[in-house]
Amino acid sequence: MNGLQVVFLLAALVSLFSAAMVVSARRMMHAALWLVLTLMGVAVIFVTLQSSFFAVVQVLVYVGAIAILIIFSVMLTRRVMEDHGDQILPGWRAAGLVAGLLFAIIVGFLALWQGFTTMLVELPADADNLLDLGQALVSPQGYALPFELASVLLVAALIGAITIAVDRKEDQHG
Amino acid sequence: MDFLRDPFGFVIQEYTGWLGGLGLPAVWVDIIAKLTGALVLATGAMLFVVFLIWYERKLIGRIQDRFGPNRVGPWGIFQPVADMLKIFTKEYITPIGADKFAYNLAPILAVAAVLLLWSVLPLSVTVVGTDLNVGLLFLVAVGGLGEMSYILAGWGSNNKYALLGAFRLVAQLISYEVPLVLSALVPVMLAGTLSVNGIVQAQESVWFIVAAPAAALIFFIASIAEIGRSPFDLIEAESELVAGYNIEYSGLKFGMFFVAEFLHAFTVSMIFATVFLGGWQGPGAAEIPVLGFVYLMLKTFVVYFVTILFRGTLPRFRIDQMMNLNWKVLTPLSLALIMAMAIVGGLTRELPVFWQVIAFLLVNLLLLGATDQLMRLSQSRKTKSNLPMQPLRKVLTTSTKHGAGE
Amino acid sequence: MIPLAWYLIFSAALFCIGLFGALARKNAVAILMGVELMLNAVNVNLIAFWHYYAQVRSAPYVHGLAFTTMVFVVAAAEVAVGLALVISAYRRRQTPVVDELTLLKG
Repeated sequence: MNGLQVVFLLAALVSLFSAAMVVSARRMMHAALWLVLTLMGVAVIFVTLQSSFFAVVQVLVYVGAIAILIIFSVMLTRRVMEDHGDQILPGWRAAGLVAGLLFAIIVGFLALWQGFTTMLVELPADADNLLDLGQALVSPQGYALPFELASVLLVAALIGAITIAVDRKEDQHG
Repeated sequence: MDFLRDPFGFVIQEYTGWLGGLGLPAVWVDIIAKLTGALVLATGAMLFVVFLIWYERKLIGRIQDRFGPNRVGPWGIFQPVADMLKIFTKEYITPIGADKFAYNLAPILAVAAVLLLWSVLPLSVTVVGTDLNVGLLFLVAVGGLGEMSYILAGWGSNNKYALLGAFRLVAQLISYEVPLVLSALVPVMLAGTLSVNGIVQAQESVWFIVAAPAAALIFFIASIAEIGRSPFDLIEAESELVAGYNIEYSGLKFGMFFVAEFLHAFTVSMIFATVFLGGWQGPGAAEIPVLGFVYLMLKTFVVYFVTILFRGTLPRFRIDQMMNLNWKVLTPLSLALIMAMAIVGGLTRELPVFWQVIAFLLVNLLLLGATDQLMRLSQSRKTKSNLPMQPLRKVLTTSTKHGAGE
Repeated sequence: MIPLAWYLIFSAALFCIGLFGALARKNAVAILMGVELMLNAVNVNLIAFWHYYAQVRSAPYVHGLAFTTMVFVVAAAEVAVGLALVISAYRRRQTPVVDELTLLKG
């Protein structure tokens, strides 16, 4: 077992544990903070995959924007300081069963695939991938159309979110 | 001689050589050397804050026609040390009902987020923590951790004023991150790389502040907003907010927020100096690396001086003015700037560097001038629509009524 | 180096934890957190397979990275609209709990 594997195992254990805490924590705020830890763990996993660009983007987008947005809405949708009562639906056992079954099915099918045990070796250079990705995203033969669509989607989501969340006067009586 | 030319690089080389001589595997030597470097850099940066606090208080004092600290030591230079001793001896108070974990984590995270910034900044030709190929993005991403620490502090304190202060601050930070990132894209385009070291090396012939003054201006304003300094110190609005997210903190925990704030102010000056003022570049810096460090410090202090001048002279923004400036001026301007720079860069690709820089400069000045004209136009329209004749007549009639009543 | 299997098992586990969260939680924001976990698991999977194919083909290969970019964009859009909906619903019904949002039930 080498250093990289130790790093991977640590990051994976931390992310899985904190992901479990995200779905089971009683207080919403704590769940959101555990979510941040999970996202950081996933960023470390990206680094072990030699994708430092996506590791940084993960921290920038998820931790810097999405997690903070989630924390904001946790704070805005709180009735009292503490979240009383059960945070889990009564039928959680069925949900757990579904999730567990799905996990078993995914891993079972993957284990049948011959490439499952491939060792990932170090790629030649990290920086070239970034350049290739940038060119692929804007080249008409590559992903120019999906990229533009994604931009339109983002703008639409931005406008939609503002329209939905805006505090209109008639809403307060309605 | 080698020691005189590059003391830091010399020490690093000697140290790694000594570690290698101990018979450790190469991986461990690397890890231990990096850890030591991080420790030394972090400790040095934190101790440096002591000097920064004195410098800033002295300067603000001079601006306001006071002496500033002048009792402890020559020119009061040991005043921050005395303050530090006082802060060490203070009692730690944890408010009732506070979320202990979040409450205690927040100050650590605040300092760590600032110290992390130093890990990718090249201090001279030979001394750079990690030359990350996405270094500039890393600098922005780490800012997210700082926001997290403010939220934790505001929420963990179990105090509604702290929470309101944290909300305000984080809303400001997230908003100003947009023009910050967009304006930082201009040097990235000019240098053709995201690596901070690469950006510094690309400024060998001309500093990016010459090629893109508009981007530098946006970056500077946005980074002042990011450190929450005047005129963007809305969380410090004492009359409204009881001093923001850190009101429940005492002793060293408060001190850590204080240190983080000062160090952050200095660090963003350093980032500005690195990205727009050529970093360690200067005459002879490539041959004698220690000169590069001196140049970087000089440039950083010039930028830091300007931020202190801002702090000492400008009044505080109102929150709507701050948001207007961000979303209606800085963000559209930086978007337009990116497009204009890309187009001009594509058109002048064959020209020599001198003419290319002139073209960039002209585009920047043109955009700045257009923004200025647009702002004036909207300002004059606003004053016209805000002061119609109606209220004036009302004032006249009420005053005559008043007079008649007498 | 690290076997591909580790990444795949990690990503499957993360996905299933997220699925459990999305299915079993009461609070709408917590459901969104579960969805975020699932999207992250997808990203890990995409980048792991990108690495695998880049290694197998030993040629420039960016499709995995391009898809990851799209997932990031979609995640950002999803969370913005989702949280706006939650806040809007909270403003009308004073609750973030999905079971109590029974406006259409009459």
